[in-house]
Amino acid sequence: MVRYELSDEHEAFRKVVREFAEAEIAPHASDWDRRHHFPVGTVRKMGDLGLFGLPFPEEYGGAGGDFTSLCVAIEEIGRVDQSMGITLEAGVGLGINPIATFGSKEQKQRWLPDLVTGKALAAFGLTEPDAGSDAGATKTKATLDGDEWVINGTKAFITNSGTPITSLITVTARTGPEEISSIIVPAGSPGLTVEPPYEKMGWRASDTHGLVFDDCRVPAGNLVGERGHGFQEFLATLDDGRIGVAALSLGLAQACLEASVDYAKSRVAFGAPIGRNQGIAFQCADLEVMVDASRLLTYRAAALKDAGRPIKQAAAVAKLYASEAAVTATRIAAQIHGGAGFIEEGPIARYYRDAKILEIGEGTSEIQRLVISRGLGLPVA
Amino acid sequence: MRIAVCVKQIPDPAAPYELDPETHFVVRPEDQVLDDTDRYGVEVALQLAEAAGDDASVTLVSMSPSGSLQGIRQALAMGADKAVIVDDASLRGADALTTSRVIAAAIGREGYDVVVAGTESTDGYTGVVPQQIAEVLGAPSLTFARKVEAVDGKIRIERQTQAGYDVVEAAPPVLLTVTSGAVEPRYPTFKGIMQAKQKPIDTLTCTDLGVTADNQQVITSVDPVPARQAGEIVEDEGEGHLRIVAMLEEAKVI
Repeated sequence: MVRYELSDEHEAFRKVVREFAEAEIAPHASDWDRRHHFPVGTVRKMGDLGLFGLPFPEEYGGAGGDFTSLCVAIEEIGRVDQSMGITLEAGVGLGINPIATFGSKEQKQRWLPDLVTGKALAAFGLTEPDAGSDAGATKTKATLDGDEWVINGTKAFITNSGTPITSLITVTARTGPEEISSIIVPAGSPGLTVEPPYEKMGWRASDTHGLVFDDCRVPAGNLVGERGHGFQEFLATLDDGRIGVAALSLGLAQACLEASVDYAKSRVAFGAPIGRNQGIAFQCADLEVMVDASRLLTYRAAALKDAGRPIKQAAAVAKLYASEAAVTATRIAAQIHGGAGFIEEGPIARYYRDAKILEIGEGTSEIQRLVISRGLGLPVA
Repeated sequence: MRIAVCVKQIPDPAAPYELDPETHFVVRPEDQVLDDTDRYGVEVALQLAEAAGDDASVTLVSMSPSGSLQGIRQALAMGADKAVIVDDASLRGADALTTSRVIAAAIGREGYDVVVAGTESTDGYTGVVPQQIAEVLGAPSLTFARKVEAVDGKIRIERQTQAGYDVVEAAPPVLLTVTSGAVEPRYPTFKGIMQAKQKPIDTLTCTDLGVTADNQQVITSVDPVPARQAGEIVEDEGEGHLRIVAMLEEAKVI
């Protein structure tokens, strides 16, 4: 029989993460957001809970779990705080994943034990001021000089790249006219400048910087995977990440649903709870549909990943739908809450600001539609 | 070091529960959760075992209808090695003394150096079971520990008192009760949850233990806390403080 529910163990894990999120994160989320504060201590606690090691082998300190369990964790953290949700999602999907998937044994032994336990964070430097969706336009260059790579260029919007516990950034760079490769740049490498954090509309407690590489030298052995295969490697990495962003989006939509239903039951206008009006009740019904659909798409993609089946199409479908649903859900939640949804004393305004980036990060909605339409066999533009 | 931890599965306190109108017993659902106060006991046991080294073991001991064993698995997922459950229809509504005899028999059967318990259960609240277990086992009880450590082959605790704390120690075999807040219970990890599925859970009956239910206490009635009376709203027209002072004097609080 087809199962549309997670296993008992995944649900037991959900309870643990929810309890953790409500005790350790939810009470502070608004304050961290207001102060643009990245809470290192809380990230370490997420590490103690094993969240960063979920899909990785026990050999390197991972939990030997699966991708589904990671999605459960991202959803539950994202339900109370999108900033901490993306910190986890990017830490695992963009930070650890390239090294765990394509790294050499030495690289894994050196970097993974601290990364999978949340003692350190890794970042992935792909986007540039002039190369985002069009990653083929990457300008950053890496030239081999003896036994060192010399890296020059600029990266933009790099999550987790400047935290006090960031240990490395995997950077994509041109290593030849027609080749892109991935290279590990340890934090603090000479010639690497981490620019001041961006002033963001949302995800304010998450750590995002521009990076400048000015004759930044790293050992030749820091090449990840094969020289010239950087493009294919990060495309594979991004497929996984899209499921993670779908889970993050689902958490936000779930939060909107819960807050909206509570408010529709308790807020009284014209002598009755506003939820008695179909104008409000039907919007809550729409939220329920969005949450359900996002959940099914997200966990279907995660289940395919865990089964070792192709995920490109399912991941793009889940990411596209869930992120757009999350943006719509925050708009509906704000409308149901009226003025209370527009002030920062409650969480709705934060949800609203946090949502938009979900349609942009780790592949814009346009890129998802491109991937999906190509998957349908339509001619490539 | 063999450590036994007394744990209890109780109905989820966040969900509404029912009392049987005849017996006044809680109607126990299939899914019960680990009593929150027991998480402190489990944590103390795990810390003692970790400090003692590889040959230490932590065994959960519980008396309750097994149900889905959800609450027991919560404690196994934290890191306990195995569980022993006494599940016997004749123990339904067992009083505190019967409960203590049964649990002591189960602990004695397993063998132990240290027994760890919370101070009381959240559903029954008699608050006497751990001390009675110690009595039946013939072991000293170190109660209301806010800090526990193994020092020179002894268990040393800081016993919470109203004025401060006493430092008390005893050599194993020993029972200790742990106050909520003594330690910060760990969250189960996903790995722990998956491992908990494989850990042994022995289910025993009274016959296995050679004990019989002998209840001498009966709950004759259960009365709810009186509903709060509606408050009085005083419109303050500059004299409100006088009315408040008068009310406080009337209530003899100032």
